[in-house]
Amino acid sequence: MKNEMELIFDAVSDNEGFARVAVAAFVSHLNPTLEEISDIKTAVSEAVTNAIIHGYENLYGYIRPGEMTYKERSGTNSGKVWLHCTLEEDMLHIEVRDKGKGIDNVERAMEPLFTTKPELERSGMGFAFMEAFMDDLEVESRPGEGTIVRMKKKMGVGDWIGGEE
Amino acid sequence: MEQVTREDFQVIDNCLMIRLPEEIDHHGAGLICESADRLLLREDVCNVVFDFENTRFMDSSGIGIIMGRYRKISCFGGKVYAIHADRQIQRILRLSGLNKIVEVLES
Repeated sequence: MKNEMELIFDAVSDNEGFARVAVAAFVSHLNPTLEEISDIKTAVSEAVTNAIIHGYENLYGYIRPGEMTYKERSGTNSGKVWLHCTLEEDMLHIEVRDKGKGIDNVERAMEPLFTTKPELERSGMGFAFMEAFMDDLEVESRPGEGTIVRMKKKMGVGDWIGGEE
Repeated sequence: MEQVTREDFQVIDNCLMIRLPEEIDHHGAGLICESADRLLLREDVCNVVFDFENTRFMDSSGIGIIMGRYRKISCFGGKVYAIHADRQIQRILRLSGLNKIVEVLES
């Protein structure tokens, strides 16, 4: 069985919740455990948040009621985030792509606690969480062109609730 | 998504109690930090208690919130506590090493 979906959305923080819930719904027919769902949602949230605040440097901001959106202010479209998921049997592939500023030094960016935005109170744990909660993580980035984060997770291998403790 | 309101921040004795929302991510984190810091400045607050009772999701933005508040109060001898944290939240606290600076109280 193979199933595929792609979402393209504005790089605004309002869409962080939307993105992770969409991926959780995409795999729901596999009857994942709460833990698996939680792992996937966290990893997607980290990758999408990174694209929004680092890739596009938080340029497009929040959508607050009554405030003009970036497009209304500037006349140009805000940056987009691409979320591509493929399910092959029980293997879930997630790709999160942006056309933002890219990462100069991917290795350093992936070090736990390293952040370029301490003023935003970022913990520097984003990539560490993606690595911990997924089975495989690959980051491809070119400065000035954007970043692609690819993650893999095998579904249906999680413990039953309470099985671990 | 629901955001925190004034009622979610309560000062009891020298503790700031923060009732966290259902989902903690970057989108809502700014408001939580701002609201908390306003009270940390104004009141005679020493300790911070994060209440995870309603929280079903947290990503690394939550770690940023806790680390930031810890930095602000620890130099005055304040402590950070987490209550009502479910298994998933406790896992994230452990994974980030935050369980070394946050006392997770079983309820």
